[in-house]
Amino acid sequence: MKAKRGFTPDIALICGLCLLPVLWLVWRFFQNDLGVNPIETVVRQLGVWGLRLLVLGLALTPLARLLRQGWLIRWRRPIGLFAFGYVTLHLLSYVVIDQYFDWAQIWSDILKRPYITFGMAAFVLLIQLALTSFNAAIRRLGGVGWRNLHRLIYVIVPLGALHYFLLVKADKTMPMVYAAIIAVLLGWRVWEWARKKV
Amino acid sequence: MLIRHAPDLTENDVTPKDIYVRRREIMAAGIGFGLGLAGTAAQAAQVTGKLSARRTFWTNETPTDLEAVTGYNNFYEFGTDKLEPVKYASALTTRPWTVKLDGDCAKPQTVDIETLLKGALEERIYRLRCVEGWSMVIPWIGIPLAEVIKRAEPLSKAKYVAFETALRPKEMRGVSDRILQWPYVEGLRMDEAMNPLALLAVGLYGDLLPNQNGAPIRLVVPWKYGFKSIKSIVRISFTTREPPTSWNRYAPREYGFYSNVNPQVDHPRWSQASERRIGEFKRRPTLMFNGYADNVAHLYAGMDLKKYY
Ligand code: HEM
Repeated sequence: MKAKRGFTPDIALICGLCLLPVLWLVWRFFQNDLGVNPIETVVRQLGVWGLRLLVLGLALTPLARLLRQGWLIRWRRPIGLFAFGYVTLHLLSYVVIDQYFDWAQIWSDILKRPYITFGMAAFVLLIQLALTSFNAAIRRLGGVGWRNLHRLIYVIVPLGALHYFLLVKADKTMPMVYAAIIAVLLGWRVWEWARKKV
Repeated sequence: MLIRHAPDLTENDVTPKDIYVRRREIMAAGIGFGLGLAGTAAQAAQVTGKLSARRTFWTNETPTDLEAVTGYNNFYEFGTDKLEPVKYASALTTRPWTVKLDGDCAKPQTVDIETLLKGALEERIYRLRCVEGWSMVIPWIGIPLAEVIKRAEPLSKAKYVAFETALRPKEMRGVSDRILQWPYVEGLRMDEAMNPLALLAVGLYGDLLPNQNGAPIRLVVPWKYGFKSIKSIVRISFTTREPPTSWNRYAPREYGFYSNVNPQVDHPRWSQASERRIGEFKRRPTLMFNGYADNVAHLYAGMDLKKYY
């Protein structure tokens, strides 16, 4: 069977699904349904969807392997790019609607607030992955170079989860749930790698 | 930088006519919110609903929508999400309700909430600043804390006042989570507790306190972060030593005993320099002692507020 290429129906479906959370936010904005503190709602929803998509992206390789469905790998790129999109909007919402371009405050947040520092680090690393998620970039980097660069995701996703853990005031349940899922997904890779070595 | 800071007013600052005019202003502002909030404006207008009270202290800032005041609460006994208390606090039985006064005092006693409700009630419009960086303006109704303290005649060795929230595992679904150690406890230094601004609130917006806001009786200390204003109080004790406080116990480096609103002392994890007033878009600068420096700064003269945060 020839590998499928391009914008196939399943990819279109994935893109459509990934758009739903942001459309839902826009809808709620116009319905005046973002709650008492709408700015907080928007910043948090964009952040949490960024994290969810990053984790989902991390889950595709193990899933494809365990289910023996190699074609699932093709979903990594749209999901990864949408994750980047949500994180970018998340950062923009923080700069524009939360801080309203108060650059001095934003800069001191980045330096002084560990949760912002880690979030920012994750975002900066993520930019490189997004910029190299196109066929031309992959060709230029070569398969090995590209794969090595994209291993950064193993650092980025934990940084995102750490960012979440640090910002929650007291109830760490949800950050711990994400941390546990990420630990399993990364643990599986370590296990695979060790298994192949022997 | 321009900080627009209208002074807070007490009864003595204004003639009766002023009071009338200012009330009209506040009503007009409430209505000006427009679309979808008409119900709230109507609520704001009935300054004396079920409870009749004399307005004795207020700010001219627009009170926050009733819907927000009663729908966005931190009350961990009913869940850690700010939308949970409004859903689950109705399970709390608030009658009969008594508050025990005990510890180092000449007249320990148990006070019935009905007795307190029959006393002279005052309306106070205060700013409330949450440690999380948001704020509201709330028209409380209550009695000065000092009046209740005086009933018990604290001994001169009583240097602190400790407060305790009810603990009802059957009614409070949040206490099965051991996030904080229950019951919730708080404390003030005696001179802070005797400050005229410290209020025991029994109502807001002219009506009895809704459960999610700490019914039937809660503390309001507007120059401190919101978590100091302990809710649903069952006990007030006089002590010689500084009493434990819930958030300090949870994270001593993050939440001090004093927890005065202070834009210069950041929370270790986030800045306290500015706040978002619920209902407004842009953040506004946070004021020292939440704008009540004239009333309370003397309590902390000579203290290093970075050390005693
Ligand atoms: C990979 C990057 C990032 C991920 C995965 C991420 C994820 C998250 C998550 C899951 C939340 C909590 C949502 C909730 O409570 O429901 C959050 C909140 C937040 N994030 Fe991020 N974030 C990232 C980067 C950033 C960056 C770069 C900034 C700013 C420079 C930032 C600023 C914030 C702020 C201000 C909040 C809200 C804090 C609050 O409301 O108390 N994040 N983020």
